[in-house]
Amino acid sequence: MTATDSFAEPLPEREAALVRFLKSFALIRESGVGMVGVGIVVGWVLIAIFASLLAPFDPNATILPYQRPGAVDPATGMTFWFGTDQIGRDILSRIIWGGQRVLIYGPIATICAYAVGILMGLAAGYFRGWWDSILSRVADIILSFPIFVLYVIVISTFGASGLNIVLAIVFASAPGIMRIVRGLTLDLRNRDYVAAAQTRGESPLRIMFVEILPNARGPLIVDACLRLGYVTITIGTLGFLGLGLPPPDPDWGGMVNEGRAMALAFPHMTVIPCLAISSLVLGLNLMADGLREISIRD
Amino acid sequence: MLIFFAKRLGYLVFTMVVVSILVFLVLELDPGSVAQKVLGPYSNAEQRQIWMEANGYNDPNVIRYFRWLGNFVIGDFGMSSRFKVPVIDILGPRLASTGILGLGVLAVMVPLALLLGVLAGMKEGSVQDRVISVFSIATTSIPEFASGVFLVAIFVLGLGWLPGVSNMSSGFDITQMILPVGALVMYGFGYIQRMTRASMAEVMQTHYIRTAVLKGVPSGQVIMKHALRNALIAPFTVIMLQINWLLSGVIVIEYLFAYKGFGSLLLEAALNKDIFVIEACTMVAVFVAVTTQTLADVGYMYLNPRIRFS
Amino acid sequence: MTAETRMPVLEIENLCISYYTRAGEIPAVVDYNLTIYEGESVGIVGESGCGKSTVAMAIMRYMGSNGGIVGGSIKFKGRDITHMSDEELRQMRGSEIAMIYQEPMAALNPSLTIGAQLMEVPIIHEGVSEKEAYERSRDMLSDVKLPDADRVMAAYPHQISGGQQQRVVIAMALLSKPALLLLDEPTTALDVTVEAGIIELIAEIASRFGTAQIFISHNLGLVRETCDRICVMYSGEAVETGTIDDVFNRMRHPYTRGLFGAIPLPSANKNDRPLVAIPGQLPLPHERPDGCNFGPRCEYFDAGRCGSGTIAMRAVPDSPNPHETRCARFEQIDWDKRPNLGKVNEPIELGDTVLKIDNMRKYYELHDHSIKAMLSGKGTRYVKANETLSFEARKAEIVAIVGESGCGKSTFAKVLMGLETATEGKIIFNNHEIQDTEVQLRPREQVSSLQMVFQNPNDTLNPSMTVGSQISRVIRKFGVESDPDKVHDRVMRLLDLVKLPRDFYYRRPRQLSGGQKQRVGVARAFAGHPSMVIADEPLSALDVSVQAAVTELLMDIQRDYGTTLLFISHDLSVVRYLADRVVVMYLGQIMEQGTTEEIFAPPYHPYTEALLSAVPIADTTVGKRKIVLEGNLPSVVNPPIGCPFHTRCPRKIGKICEDERPPVLSDGDGHKIACHIALDELRKIEPVFFTVKPPPPSDGEGATTAVGAE
Repeated sequence: MTATDSFAEPLPEREAALVRFLKSFALIRESGVGMVGVGIVVGWVLIAIFASLLAPFDPNATILPYQRPGAVDPATGMTFWFGTDQIGRDILSRIIWGGQRVLIYGPIATICAYAVGILMGLAAGYFRGWWDSILSRVADIILSFPIFVLYVIVISTFGASGLNIVLAIVFASAPGIMRIVRGLTLDLRNRDYVAAAQTRGESPLRIMFVEILPNARGPLIVDACLRLGYVTITIGTLGFLGLGLPPPDPDWGGMVNEGRAMALAFPHMTVIPCLAISSLVLGLNLMADGLREISIRD
Repeated sequence: MLIFFAKRLGYLVFTMVVVSILVFLVLELDPGSVAQKVLGPYSNAEQRQIWMEANGYNDPNVIRYFRWLGNFVIGDFGMSSRFKVPVIDILGPRLASTGILGLGVLAVMVPLALLLGVLAGMKEGSVQDRVISVFSIATTSIPEFASGVFLVAIFVLGLGWLPGVSNMSSGFDITQMILPVGALVMYGFGYIQRMTRASMAEVMQTHYIRTAVLKGVPSGQVIMKHALRNALIAPFTVIMLQINWLLSGVIVIEYLFAYKGFGSLLLEAALNKDIFVIEACTMVAVFVAVTTQTLADVGYMYLNPRIRFS
Repeated sequence: MTAETRMPVLEIENLCISYYTRAGEIPAVVDYNLTIYEGESVGIVGESGCGKSTVAMAIMRYMGSNGGIVGGSIKFKGRDITHMSDEELRQMRGSEIAMIYQEPMAALNPSLTIGAQLMEVPIIHEGVSEKEAYERSRDMLSDVKLPDADRVMAAYPHQISGGQQQRVVIAMALLSKPALLLLDEPTTALDVTVEAGIIELIAEIASRFGTAQIFISHNLGLVRETCDRICVMYSGEAVETGTIDDVFNRMRHPYTRGLFGAIPLPSANKNDRPLVAIPGQLPLPHERPDGCNFGPRCEYFDAGRCGSGTIAMRAVPDSPNPHETRCARFEQIDWDKRPNLGKVNEPIELGDTVLKIDNMRKYYELHDHSIKAMLSGKGTRYVKANETLSFEARKAEIVAIVGESGCGKSTFAKVLMGLETATEGKIIFNNHEIQDTEVQLRPREQVSSLQMVFQNPNDTLNPSMTVGSQISRVIRKFGVESDPDKVHDRVMRLLDLVKLPRDFYYRRPRQLSGGQKQRVGVARAFAGHPSMVIADEPLSALDVSVQAAVTELLMDIQRDYGTTLLFISHDLSVVRYLADRVVVMYLGQIMEQGTTEEIFAPPYHPYTEALLSAVPIADTTVGKRKIVLEGNLPSVVNPPIGCPFHTRCPRKIGKICEDERPPVLSDGDGHKIACHIALDELRKIEPVFFTVKPPPPSDGEGATTAVGAE
């Protein structure tokens, strides 16, 4: 492109890399669908942060079992807006605290997976040769496992703990991220500015992290949103299968699993956590779609 | 072509060998724990020792691995500790049930996803495209178990049209298939739809489509003859890879609807530490996944003349 | 044949085209008029973004979802295209008006055979049977001189070469005998010698098929060779139209004259007749000035006359053929006086040898994993990217390496820069052997004294870093300065050096135009005081007027610093203009080397001769012998044995060319030709270029007949 209208703007002074990174998010304003997504995600993040203020009850306290949404606790006079479960815990409070749990484990797992995937992908794509052969083959083999078959074996063998779940997710997602980073690196390494860096004798590490990685950020941000949504689904599904974060702390998937037996008589026990997880994932996916749309446009 | 095929086949075998080593390392490396899982938590050390002796578990690991692998290859997966019958006897019928479920899902999902994908991608940015895209993003955002729960809430509790359990207790019943298939299609079709859309939209932007239009080719033929042929190459691979996803999805859906298939077998086995069933299920699942991957590669090559003739 | 007796095929009147973007309506083409008569060829010339392709697409009424014709009419044989129904439009496209595209590979459907794509045309438009469609298509392939038409019919596009693909596209366009052919930069993506063949074919079409043509190009030389009339566009408007002769020799618009001053015509010379760049840059469509669009860049700008209102096209009086210009002051300008000549330079004294390449070879291993190859022991083959290269470069000298794709010039640059190591031979740079040392192992002074300017301006700068930080990185890396203030100061002086404003320090590459990015690339290369700079096609992605500016900049700095410049290019006009010595390469080998004068005059290597003949020249006083090479450029993986050029050589003398590597003949000092033909024979060859008498002003077609004289 030729020079753009930004000529007219006052020139920015040196800005921190983080500010620039956040600025690429700011463009999402221009996508309506993306803004809906941002709204949902921000809503959940706020709920997670202020969980202790928002939740009316102790999420693990057994109060009155089998209350339908809107029922009133005779002891305190407070309303169970979403009812209670089979052992009498307030579902609204469990949804709020469950949201905090998902929004802690999900991003941690995603960030770790990205750290591993980016390192592998940069090495495979930049050095090529046997680095690439070995790393790609390893990734292929991990990816050839149906993903939940992998989770089921790993978690049933090593036990369900927060750490194991994060490790399992990193193990299963890093190869996918590696493939994306590798593809981007293979493309970017042929750019002239990479050649320019090579011809002035820069180290491979600097070329990978300064010349290549920052220019791959667009597709990676989109993928990270999608992947965070997928990790949320994974955590929920593991909970649903009884392989999730250990009880009694609230976990959306686990709530559905526990409420399953009562689903015909008390559908609110399953439907409400399902709505919670679906809305968070929807928010992330819409956000990703908005970011993708914008990255294509420019 | 033949060489390519042989290469892919060799790669398939290689992957299966590596996977078998991984499975062996994770599940069988410690003979004591195998004995404990087979005999149950209340067995004593002496009983375990006798069992290990009888089944050759005191031999070196390498020998044990090859014996284990050999048995696998000839279809001897051992005895299920829970059902007390050979694993192969349970696995067979379960695989068949899951096969029916999977075929049902593919039969509904693939045409639906391709149709919506092509419709959306034909005119990128149009109202039609936006509506379809948001719809598919929405359905893909609902995890399988949640879409199952929603479908049950609507069609079983709300409308009372369909049964909520699919255990086939009184023989095969097609109405019991509808919700499991529906839940899987809901979650799965979006991915193929979006791939098809992206591929179609990209093709519609290419210069050869412009050439076709400016040659005076009628718009129907532009789509059918010039665009689809190129646009469906990428989704083909994705469809084959969805079989890998399906193997995961059935675990959730079979569990939710109490459908007696391969997925619920694996999950029950995992929860009950039925070790030989876990091993058999894993190997079968990976085998199916890698085989379809191989078929996808071969098919991709066949569909793409640029690769076919080089 | 006068204009009045011919029927107009296409009449464009007051055409206005706009695009709709987030920023609002952007006029792409304004008030455009053009009439084309039967059998006539009209060239539309302009720089990128001037609207020339938009006009072509409007004639097809193919505007995309965000563009539209907002005014005026396009009449094709009397019918207004802007008011046609979709069905009428479809019937017209491809049968009455056909188009030929810039990138033939992209224009053909990769998953349909060429036969299927060709046969479609008569089947759709004339409803003929498959059999007849097949025969017609095959015959047409023979007509466009594709050998082995039946094989091509069955092939997929990727199985034939770029030149052949373009012939297929031309055949496809001609199949329905259209009345009008639109050619949108049809040779830009092709190699020079392949281009020559396509241009010859295009020039024949009009006489053979009587088709009217619109030839869109940025290259004035190509237009001269193919067209009768020309329309020069600038910033969405036609600024001058007329016959080739009128516009080339008696131009009446300052922009047209600026263009001719900016291209390296044979009369230009780097020392006493340098190129003159047009100052400023092309305005963006939504930032066009009031009045004359060219005003801000025009030396004759007069705010009263040119600065407001609409400037209309007006006829130039006393011209026998229609000649119009959009200049408000053309009567006041003295067109015979050559405008401000660029500064005249003394020739530079050349110094000692800086670089010596001695029998350098670079082979790549190619592993063939097929079972057959492994059994026969031929599992590993070698790609001979560079075969025994030997040449020298002296201090302050500009050495050009010329060749088409696959000639090995980029590989050579990689080896020299230390991104690859040589297989054999020596590279001596400043008295050090560097052929085996990778760049990371080279001492810092060596790395900083050997730098590079790259081809693609959009690729040369890291998009996520500011201009300042990219240049200062080089300064710190090469240890020129380390104190932050001094580094900053140095960057500022480098920005001055490449004539960019100092506030560009904080800009990011996407805020810069192509030419500005290329200037930053130059500043970066010169940041460490290099004794030698390699410039790999630094101009090929730039517009004509920007090319001139970057060329002059590069030469000024080179002159001031006394830097040796290794200039890699496929464009012989630029090479003749700026190089002191030239090395001609073909398929990894040097065919000929010598001073620029020696290369451009006999004795020639037959390949050099063909290459020279392929250069389009935008000067009607220069004629040239036409030599069109047969066949394709062979693949580097499988080069011909013997002389690499023997498969296409029009002067091949016999079997010896196929079997033996040619000897290197030496003609005087440094002039070397690798050929089996004796030097005396080569000396007898007539020059490719000759002077033609400028045609008398009354004869409008004189210019084109001069080219035809063989």
